[in-house]
Amino acid sequence: MATHTQVNLPLPLLPEGWAGEKDFKAIGKLSAATQRSIEAVGPHFLAHARRARHKRTFSEDDRIQAQENAKKVEDDDSGEISEPEDPMMLSRDAKDWKQQDHYAVLGLSKYRYKATEEQIKRAHRKKVLRHHPDKKAAAGSTEDDSFFKCIQKATEVLLDPVKRRQFDSVDEGADVEPPTKKQIKDGKFYKAWSAVFKAEGRFSRVQPVPKFGDEKSTKEDVENFYNFFYNFDSWRSFEYQDEDVPDDNENRDQKRHMERKNNNARKKKKVEDTARLRQLVDDVLAGDERIKKFRQEANASKNKKRLDKEAAEKKAKDDAEAAKAAAAQAAKEAEEKAKADREQGKKAKEAAKAAVKKNRRVMKGSVKDANYFVDGAAPAAAIDAVLNDVELVQGNIDADETAALAAKLNGLKIAGEIKNVWSEEVKRLVTAGKIKEADIKALLKIDGGGVF
Amino acid sequence: MAVEGSSAAPTAPAERHAIGISIGNSNSSIAITVDDKAEVIANEDGDRQIPAILSYVDGEEYTGQQAKQQLIRNSANTVAYFRDFLGQDFKSIDPTHCHASAHPHEHESTIAFTIQDKEGDEKSTVTISEIATRQLRRLKQSASDYSGKEVNSAVITVPTNFSEKQKDALNKAAAAAGIEVLQFINEPIAALLAYDSRPETKVGDKNVVVVDLGGTRSDVTVIASRGGMYTILATAHDYEFAGVHLDKVLQDHFSKEFIKWNSIDPREDARSLAKLKLESEAAKRALSIGTNASFSVESLAEGIDFTSTINRLRYETIARKVFEGFNRLVEGVVKKAGLDVLDIDEVILSGGTSHTPKIAKNFQAIFPESTTVLAPSTTPTAINPSELSARGAALQASLIQEYESEDIEQSTHPAVTTVKHLSNAIGVLSISGDETKGVFNPVLSAETAVPARRTVHVAVPKEGGDVLIKIVEGGSHIKVTKVEPKQNGKKSDDEDDSSDEEDSDEEPEEQREKVWKIGNVLAEAAVKDTKKGGKVEVMINVAADLSVTITAREVGAKGGVRGNLSAP
Repeated sequence: MATHTQVNLPLPLLPEGWAGEKDFKAIGKLSAATQRSIEAVGPHFLAHARRARHKRTFSEDDRIQAQENAKKVEDDDSGEISEPEDPMMLSRDAKDWKQQDHYAVLGLSKYRYKATEEQIKRAHRKKVLRHHPDKKAAAGSTEDDSFFKCIQKATEVLLDPVKRRQFDSVDEGADVEPPTKKQIKDGKFYKAWSAVFKAEGRFSRVQPVPKFGDEKSTKEDVENFYNFFYNFDSWRSFEYQDEDVPDDNENRDQKRHMERKNNNARKKKKVEDTARLRQLVDDVLAGDERIKKFRQEANASKNKKRLDKEAAEKKAKDDAEAAKAAAAQAAKEAEEKAKADREQGKKAKEAAKAAVKKNRRVMKGSVKDANYFVDGAAPAAAIDAVLNDVELVQGNIDADETAALAAKLNGLKIAGEIKNVWSEEVKRLVTAGKIKEADIKALLKIDGGGVF
Repeated sequence: MAVEGSSAAPTAPAERHAIGISIGNSNSSIAITVDDKAEVIANEDGDRQIPAILSYVDGEEYTGQQAKQQLIRNSANTVAYFRDFLGQDFKSIDPTHCHASAHPHEHESTIAFTIQDKEGDEKSTVTISEIATRQLRRLKQSASDYSGKEVNSAVITVPTNFSEKQKDALNKAAAAAGIEVLQFINEPIAALLAYDSRPETKVGDKNVVVVDLGGTRSDVTVIASRGGMYTILATAHDYEFAGVHLDKVLQDHFSKEFIKWNSIDPREDARSLAKLKLESEAAKRALSIGTNASFSVESLAEGIDFTSTINRLRYETIARKVFEGFNRLVEGVVKKAGLDVLDIDEVILSGGTSHTPKIAKNFQAIFPESTTVLAPSTTPTAINPSELSARGAALQASLIQEYESEDIEQSTHPAVTTVKHLSNAIGVLSISGDETKGVFNPVLSAETAVPARRTVHVAVPKEGGDVLIKIVEGGSHIKVTKVEPKQNGKKSDDEDDSSDEEDSDEEPEEQREKVWKIGNVLAEAAVKDTKKGGKVEVMINVAADLSVTITAREVGAKGGVRGNLSAP
């Protein structure tokens, strides 16, 4: 609690010889307390409950509450409206209210179209408190209530959404002039134009309005911005600048004529306004470095593509030539190799032929050595049969087998051994399916006949 | 103390639209807080005190003043004076006041009224809780119509002796009417809160007597108000001296007048009695405002009209017995609290009967001159006594409506509300002009709830220098001295004392004063080198465990002395 009681009776003087640790002497203790219930009512109880539940001490709680209160004060102050009043404005006549700047009259020229209804009401109240004719009369000045009427008119206009929109449409105070060339040169291009388009954006039926951005804006944002302003949907209207229509009943034609005139004037102004905005956007587009930058970037990327393509073509061509040369080389080599191989093969073939011949001779010789597996002089039929079989075997085995068979037969002189070798060979061939059993006449017959 | 209204569907704090309801036996009122100011709402009939009466005619429900008129012709279907029956057994209720309206009877272990509340001849039995719900629904409707927003929660005032069971019954009735009861608060506390919330009120330590004089009962409560926190020290309830008894006095008076002329006793016929009653009440109200009241009833009994007048003096004479009853009640409860009338700083008159000027005058005589009697006839700025509790409830509602129900419940939990209270005052000693003996200056009064913190500024001697600060406990007692008249010039320096010396000049007068007795010395501290004409700030901070922190420093100077006393 900030309050404290006052005691006017003085404190006693400190007796001689009084001493205490740090000037303090604890002597007694509090006597026992009674438990009672406090009533859970009132702001001070709530403070008590807050302290008790959060286990705060008085000073902690004071501090926290002070912080909370301080915050509230700040919020209240933010809506404070105070502007110096122009003496010229104070002497205005309420009759030419069409020419008056309603926001300035209420001291809201800082806010203009952004002023909330709450702000307007508060500003009105503040101005009324200051300029009410009764106050002026009390202050001894003349009973001049013209500015008070101005205030009332301004409030009437600004608190009516339709009238406010009409006034906002022609509120020059909120317009921002396009930057001069000098300003642009000074590097204020983005800042200045941003302000211009922010002001223009207030007329848009579509909200939010895209921002003008700065030199770092992406291409997409910039395109979005220009698209938006080239297709601007404006609620701006010019009823406010209408000429007064006489409302006497007598001159109906005159009235209609005025209305028509006003209507045409509104349309004309609207068209002019649209053209003005378009011109504005054209101007800024022409000077927008970002557009140039994006074009260059686009060009650069297009060129890059072309170069890439050419390089790729060249490379493909080179590759093809190289491949062709390599292929010719390879063909040549292959031809030479084939030639060599052919010659080599010829020789080998001949050698093999010779070997086969030799082996065949050995085979035939072996059956001859075995006397065609007949005892005594061999009949011609038996010789034929054996030799036929030998040829059949020879015709069905390749050079290596021929060689192997010849090696087995070579040196054998005994008819039984020779016969064994032949019969094994025949059996092997029959099993391998290279010759048919039926084709073999003599060699198997020898085997199966049991001639020995 | 308070019961959380969790049985009604708890509404989110943002959706709450809370009002204060004061529901009484005779009248109810509803209040709403607009911009931190409580305002009592008038119902459709323009009444701020809405008679708590329900009447049924051909299935149509009437309440308020319209229902009150039905007491004459349709008394059997009119329910009145039912608040105290809520949550009670049939055995424990006093049905006296319902004699001239629908009679309560026992019904399935609760109390009910048999009334014809629908079209047709069939009578139905309506329980007390249903009656309360219907009444609350009407109040809610009036408040919703006034504010244009659906009212869904309320703080309701109840007498201090309302049991948990009764609160529970009221809570259920409110829930059925679509009202979430945020808190039940005691009527006298609500009245005190209504006064303390006025911007001109300074937060301080005071003892308050709240005298709630209603229609059928009187409740007196002694409250220790310490830095805006309230502790009830004693209560008294009386059903023998209340508004209806004043009506009765007037009824008898006018009956006698009537008998004098017509030899018919209007009290013997129920309808005549009802008319007599209503008109007596009106005359009583008129006498609270003017010094004369007329009394006129058409066809009071047997078709005879009756007109008469009464002046205030006459009324005060014939009603003296009742007034004295109020006096005794108040004196008794102050004694019960262990206090003397000299200890009382404020008397708040609440309830409809408090409009009577004589009652406030009587209290002024009982209490010393230093005591403020807050009643319309004694203090011009007083709040309308009939509206006090509703206003208090509305203020409390606006304070707590943004809290979650759980928060309210936790804050009103006995663990938070039951705290230690100082049994003795704590003060600092100073010297008076010539005496070397100390004079006790209370800093913390007795019955202050701890934790508590108080600061006092004490002057230093003229020449400045080193001073001693002695912190002591103190008790007060009443010193009675008999002084001869014209000799009572001896003035005490204590600010609290005073004496009633107006009564007589002849007898030796008894002078009573409140004297502080110095008790235990708690601590001593020294503040050195104080400047001439300076002041020393002494801050005493008593923690919840009764440990004490004392800080003393010269006002405007840095540093200072700080010391602790451990908890006992």
